[in-house]
Amino acid sequence: MTNLWIDLLCLLLMLANFRMLGVSRLGACVRTAAHQGMLLCLLPVLVAHDFTLGLVPVVLLGLIVRGILMPRLLWRAVLKAGVRRELVPEVGFLFSLLAGVVLLGLCFLIAQPLQADQATARTLALPVALFTIMTGFYLIIMRRTAAMQALGYLVMENGIFAFGAVFAVHEPALIEMGVLLDVLLAVFIMTIMIHHIGREFDHLDTDSMSVLKD
Amino acid sequence: MIWLLPGIPLLTGAISLLRIPRSWRRALLVFAAVSHSALTALAFRFPDLFASHGWLALDKAGHFFLAISSVLFLITTLHLVTDCHYLSGSETRSSDWFLATEPSATLAACLNLFLATMTLCALSRHLGLLWVAVEGTTLATAPLIHYRRDSSSLEATWKYLVLCSVGIAVALLGNFFVAAAGGEHAGLSLDSLRSNAASLNPVWLKAAFVFFIVGYGTKMGLAPMHTWLPDAHSEAPAPVSALLSGALLNCAFLAVLRAHAVLAAAGLADFSKGIFVLFGVISLVVAAFFIVGQGDYKRLLAYSSVENMGILSIAVGVGAGFGGLFHALNHSLVKGGMFLLAGGILSRCGSTSVRDARGLSDRARMVAGLWLTGFLALSGLPPFGIFFSKLAILKTMIDGGHWLLTTLFLAALAIVFIAMSRIVLLMLFDKPEKGFPTQRSRIQLDTLAPLLLLLLALATGIFLPESVGDLIRAAAQEVGL
Amino acid sequence: MRLLPAFLHVLLALALAPLLPGVINRTKAWFGGRHGRPLFQLYYDLAKLARKSAVYSRTTTWVFRAGPVIAFASSALTVLLLPFAGQTAPAGFPGDFLLLIYLFALGRFFTMAAALDTGSAFEGMGASREATFSALAEPAFFLGLAALAFHARSISLGLIYERMSWSTSTVAPLMLVAAAFFVILLIENSRIPFDDPETHLELTMIHEVMVLDRSGPDFLLIQYGAALKLWVMAALFTGILAPAPFASYGENLALALGAQGLAAVLIGIVESTMARLRLARIPQMLTGSIILSLLSLLFLLRPFA
Repeated sequence: MTNLWIDLLCLLLMLANFRMLGVSRLGACVRTAAHQGMLLCLLPVLVAHDFTLGLVPVVLLGLIVRGILMPRLLWRAVLKAGVRRELVPEVGFLFSLLAGVVLLGLCFLIAQPLQADQATARTLALPVALFTIMTGFYLIIMRRTAAMQALGYLVMENGIFAFGAVFAVHEPALIEMGVLLDVLLAVFIMTIMIHHIGREFDHLDTDSMSVLKD
Repeated sequence: MIWLLPGIPLLTGAISLLRIPRSWRRALLVFAAVSHSALTALAFRFPDLFASHGWLALDKAGHFFLAISSVLFLITTLHLVTDCHYLSGSETRSSDWFLATEPSATLAACLNLFLATMTLCALSRHLGLLWVAVEGTTLATAPLIHYRRDSSSLEATWKYLVLCSVGIAVALLGNFFVAAAGGEHAGLSLDSLRSNAASLNPVWLKAAFVFFIVGYGTKMGLAPMHTWLPDAHSEAPAPVSALLSGALLNCAFLAVLRAHAVLAAAGLADFSKGIFVLFGVISLVVAAFFIVGQGDYKRLLAYSSVENMGILSIAVGVGAGFGGLFHALNHSLVKGGMFLLAGGILSRCGSTSVRDARGLSDRARMVAGLWLTGFLALSGLPPFGIFFSKLAILKTMIDGGHWLLTTLFLAALAIVFIAMSRIVLLMLFDKPEKGFPTQRSRIQLDTLAPLLLLLLALATGIFLPESVGDLIRAAAQEVGL
Repeated sequence: MRLLPAFLHVLLALALAPLLPGVINRTKAWFGGRHGRPLFQLYYDLAKLARKSAVYSRTTTWVFRAGPVIAFASSALTVLLLPFAGQTAPAGFPGDFLLLIYLFALGRFFTMAAALDTGSAFEGMGASREATFSALAEPAFFLGLAALAFHARSISLGLIYERMSWSTSTVAPLMLVAAAFFVILLIENSRIPFDDPETHLELTMIHEVMVLDRSGPDFLLIQYGAALKLWVMAALFTGILAPAPFASYGENLALALGAQGLAAVLIGIVESTMARLRLARIPQMLTGSIILSLLSLLFLLRPFA
């Protein structure tokens, strides 16, 4: 029965990835990432065989940081930078979506040998976690705006978190929080830089940042 | 007591973030640097005082890299204090404090935090904590690169931030792979991993190592993930570049070494060594390629760092433990000095391009002399320490019968030497088209710190204390070399 | 034995199809706080149209007259291919899902041809839009049915829907196909986020603009054909979500009919809560449904699924 819930959750996570690949508005992307972050926090709860109360604060903290704090920060930075929020992508959205399908297929292939003996072996969890990481990479590489790159980082972190949850990696709570803090700070500093980029260039296009090269 | 090592700089860094007078910040920075080196030195004498605590422990490898960072940080602080313009600047008050802090305040605060996270890297005996610390160094140094607040430094900062964050996120994946390799009981603590080494799943472990070297290797500046490095090193203010090159790269190197130690314990050393050699060779070749015809002396130094990281990586790959770690020490000292000198040249010539820095020997004799000395030290001329560390690496390589690798290694070093000497000689002796103001002959304070560093680099070559040699050997053994 | 229910289904479809638009309208009225049109409004409309005679423009040819007839005939034929309440269709055969898709395409083609035949720029525009969107909707439909066929290991619609089974490993793909089919249901029947069945003036509409010049029995055929198409598509959609789970035929039939009604209510809810999409966004949504079908196929292709 839990497998069913894990599968449904993973389905939603995966659709969130496709939405981010296919949507043209930055705001929608950020909101989707936020929803994804919130949903993600259910994954460790579902995967854990023995649900303990000790899991609650970590899950709650993750929920607040991934689902609320980081997307808010990012969105605030975009608003403050005062730039166009409609994305003009290098590659079309249709292409991105199809690339997403190809990536997902790839993730199924990669996940197959890895799915050995963990609890979630017969669910979609592992391929979807990998797919989320790949989506993050894709967004960082293909969408050439600073805000989207920060968002891509966020999505990638989501994926890595999901990956950890799939393998039920229980790091000590202190370290888990350290990781969360680091990610939060990374996003925070990125938003500061987005602010500066917006002020310096009047847009968040990273293509214009190509002075430094050999 | 061990908590004091990262604790003090963390505290001073936090205080420096507050609105306090500029002179306080300077005092805090000096206090952090001095107390840190004092504690590090004290730990050699009284190891019992710094007994391990939780996941923090002062093992030999950690202590060795901690000492390098500490010395470099102390001398850089000296440089910052003697060459005041970095830490001064107009005090701006704005409603959004963090967005509009004056650069000098960010510099002081983030340097403290950088020291704290760096210390944590050296001390952590848990892969998770290590990850947190390495990511911490990225976050602490990113604002430092943006010191000049112009578009090119912004570009460098953004590249650094995105590339390194993504890279280190990959290393987090590596952590999870290790966790998956060990199952429930092995965890991520280095000690328990070592004691459970036999039961670790080799396939997962190998995959984990690939993620580690790609992830931490990004931070370390291994090609082809090095692209942020020349930008960041050339855009950052000189003392920051010195620390980035001399200390930060070492932290990432230590992180990869820790991963290697786990693999070595599990009997997979040959696999990780092969990968080290691969990345080392790529770094060496790429660096040599970009050094030839380089028109910017700070970027030149940055690519030289890539080259040296390649050398370190090859050293680990061929099993030259002593040579590798000794080279890390020497490289840190010399490269730190060189970057500080580059800052001096920049303030005299007004640009980082080689063309604008021509005729240096007439404009600033002291700087020019040190620059030449630094170049010779970097190229591995005796009696500087780098000569001996390169020799040690080469000897291991030849003893191991890696003939192709040796040829490649020597060829790359030769190319780098020729290209660099051409550039350095151009800077020193070529006459610029237009005249320049003659230099007043007085003691120049900003050459003090580079001088000290180069003297240290000379000292490691001429007289390496037995205790230091033992420390390096013990450290090398600890990380499975 | 199976013949009787099969013909009952055809009769039911022919009789109840015009009820679905009524249910949708009542749902929308309820959301808008209105009383709304009578539930049987479409029956009254059809009866009224049957009593009238058609008017033809002098510029039109036989294509214009053939359009509604062929459109209706193809819709009516699809009813014969439709499995319902866990029973196979009267005219089912292996590979019949291809015929189903092409019957829809045939009807659409003649509707478009007839619209072009009027020579009106307005209707031509509608035809061009219909062609564009159906070109995108068709692959989604195709892939979705392919995924279902793969799931059932059969290429006849009857078996595909008979073998519909929800288990842990098929939840995800079946949900995805259902979602894709719902999007196709909306676009093929010109419902709101894509097209507005109410409007006759907006430039964004697609289907209604093509039938502006229709009157009398021709319009009856078009309206009735559209209702049948809605019935068939809704049955394909509800057939996934509510496969016949009961042992007795009566219960299954009741469930299937109830599901049809609920599907109409669902369409009504979607129409009441969503605004019409910008025209440029419609291909994106359709691509989305293609992706959904593709994903479902991908999930089913997993070796352990």
